[in-house]
Amino acid sequence: MTTSDGITLVEAITQALAYELSANPNLVVFGEDIGANGGVFRATAGLQQRFGADRVLDTPLAESMLAGIAVGMAAQGLKPVLEIQFMGFVYPAFDEIVNHISRLRNRTRGRLSCPMVIRIPCGGGIHAPEHHSESTEAIFAHTPGLRVVIAASPVRAYGLLLGAMRSNDPVIFLEPIRLYRKTKQIVPDNGIALPIDKCFLLREGSHVTLISWGASTHETLTAAEKLSQQGIEAEVIDVASIKPLDMDTILQSVEKTGRCVIIHEAPRTCGVGAEIAAQLAEKALTSLQAPILRVTGYDTVMPLYRLEYEYIPSEQRIVDAVQQVMAFG
Amino acid sequence: MHSLDYTLTNNLITHHEIFMQQLTAQFSIYYSQFLNEKGELTQPLPDFAQDPSVLVPLYEMMVLTRAFDSKATMLQRTGKLGTYPSSYGQEAISVAIGSAMQPTDVFAGYYREYGAHFQRGVKMEEILLYWGGDEQGSNFAECKEDFPHCVPIATQVLHATGIATAMKLRKQPRCAVTICGDGATSEGDFYEAINLAGVWKLPIVYLINNNQWAISVPLKLQTACQTLAQKGIAAGIPGEQVDGNDIIAVRAALDKALDRARRGEGPSLIEALTYRLGDHTTADDARRYRDENEVNSAKQKEPIKRLQKFLVAQNLWDEVKEKNLLTHCQQQVEKAVQAYENRPHSSVSEMFDYMYAQLPNELAEQREIALAYSKENK
Repeated sequence: MTTSDGITLVEAITQALAYELSANPNLVVFGEDIGANGGVFRATAGLQQRFGADRVLDTPLAESMLAGIAVGMAAQGLKPVLEIQFMGFVYPAFDEIVNHISRLRNRTRGRLSCPMVIRIPCGGGIHAPEHHSESTEAIFAHTPGLRVVIAASPVRAYGLLLGAMRSNDPVIFLEPIRLYRKTKQIVPDNGIALPIDKCFLLREGSHVTLISWGASTHETLTAAEKLSQQGIEAEVIDVASIKPLDMDTILQSVEKTGRCVIIHEAPRTCGVGAEIAAQLAEKALTSLQAPILRVTGYDTVMPLYRLEYEYIPSEQRIVDAVQQVMAFG
Repeated sequence: MHSLDYTLTNNLITHHEIFMQQLTAQFSIYYSQFLNEKGELTQPLPDFAQDPSVLVPLYEMMVLTRAFDSKATMLQRTGKLGTYPSSYGQEAISVAIGSAMQPTDVFAGYYREYGAHFQRGVKMEEILLYWGGDEQGSNFAECKEDFPHCVPIATQVLHATGIATAMKLRKQPRCAVTICGDGATSEGDFYEAINLAGVWKLPIVYLINNNQWAISVPLKLQTACQTLAQKGIAAGIPGEQVDGNDIIAVRAALDKALDRARRGEGPSLIEALTYRLGDHTTADDARRYRDENEVNSAKQKEPIKRLQKFLVAQNLWDEVKEKNLLTHCQQQVEKAVQAYENRPHSSVSEMFDYMYAQLPNELAEQREIALAYSKENK
């Protein structure tokens, strides 16, 4: 699938799924419209034709069912990889995710467990209908027992998804829909997984640390380039694994720069940015030369698409926040 | 046997307009019973029940289950156990499940199936540990694949459906068995599960313990359905009713459903009609919402007495055997209580140790705090 121009993020997802379907006979991919249709975003395109209808299964339309049967399948030693069509449709599955998937290992003292991957397209930016553009990663991150991973480039999507599929824990794997076809990268189909407990340093800089994940990493990177023209060198971190958090990498950077802005598309209150800021306050207060600022989605309902880019944190908001922390003190 | 026939299409005719319609589907729900409440046969015994070496142990297991249940309730009353849901009066269903299943089958029940658990290798001590507030109780030492007790209503029905999916995908000759209460059939998970099992022809048996009460809500406020068995029809799977206080009827229906599943013919739904003679749990007082007369009349139909009468009439049981059995059950239960009381509590570290396959740094830090403040160190 690797071409000279590279592949998109969604193609990288397909490539990772195909690799692991070949490598792991216990892995089963299932969800709504993922078989013959190849998924609403085409993330599973061609997989059923290639691996058969007993490895790539079209299911009835019921999200609690998807998550609930995954519990039984995982306990029997299969590796369920299921797709929820959009983040706004995951709520019916919450009971199973929060009450069972995240808890089975603990409540049976390790006798049974739920290693699985729940893939969920997330975020806005593609003019989708209502309920198709949510960013609710914090709800999952707040749930003990889950891992939460979010992809931000084709290369990282491939490696992180492989890492998620090889994890012995349940992983919520988030795929920002506005990155699905945004850029292409060469993604060697080498089966090498990326760690799902580490941040990625996207850009080095000494003046300020910009912490982001998912689609917002793109505005964060372009903001960093703008700032560079003004003589401000920003270090940019893609958190990638939201739970558990790699605070070591984040701390190392903030201790170096002394300034920090956190950027995420999700609503502000109790967002993952609040957790990172709190941990920085606990562990790096003496290194901080300015208050930590957050540039986030608002505490509003994600608007319908005419206003969605008023909601999604813009490059300008990031640049302004950085200038504010640089001007402090 | 009586049957209940109804047609779906005819119900669609309105008062205002009558137009020509064709009958497109028609269903029947059958009810079966072998032993009535007086212990008399209402039809010839199925083959398995003609063998005393099968029938007598079913009786003994029901008596043991009730002995355990009454002891557990006592333990709660004396502060030695947390909230406990009794299986009083519903023993036939769980004992039939445990006896009908093969060891390689997998059971995912809710929380009133002690008779099934005992036969599946779950220890009494483990059940007490669970209701006694310790996760060790769900780490069954000798029953590795069965699911632990499940409190969120109807969620277990999906877990069993997933287990059956795994069995089917791997082409194993095994079955999953699950059970839920009458109230659980109002949950979406119940319908989502049976619907999928119908489409995928999964090797699974769904049972409903219809004990007439979902905490304080009686069946008539739960559903307008004439039977719960007919909910299977909506999912395209066969549903039938049995007298859930007649262990022979429950077991016969289970045998048939398990055979069908093992032959690759798909899922079945069995509604077992019984009555919750006790409170919902020890935290409940059913006198607030339930007529004592109803309970007293239901007591006349309970499952143990009727099988005892039948066995006595067949010269398979007598007073001496009964006395010995009660003594034996008492001893077994007391032994389990001792083991429960002597079992060391879960350590504080165990709160953390099983959250993930490997303990993340953040949790390791929190574990240090918990250990430093723990009573274990005082």
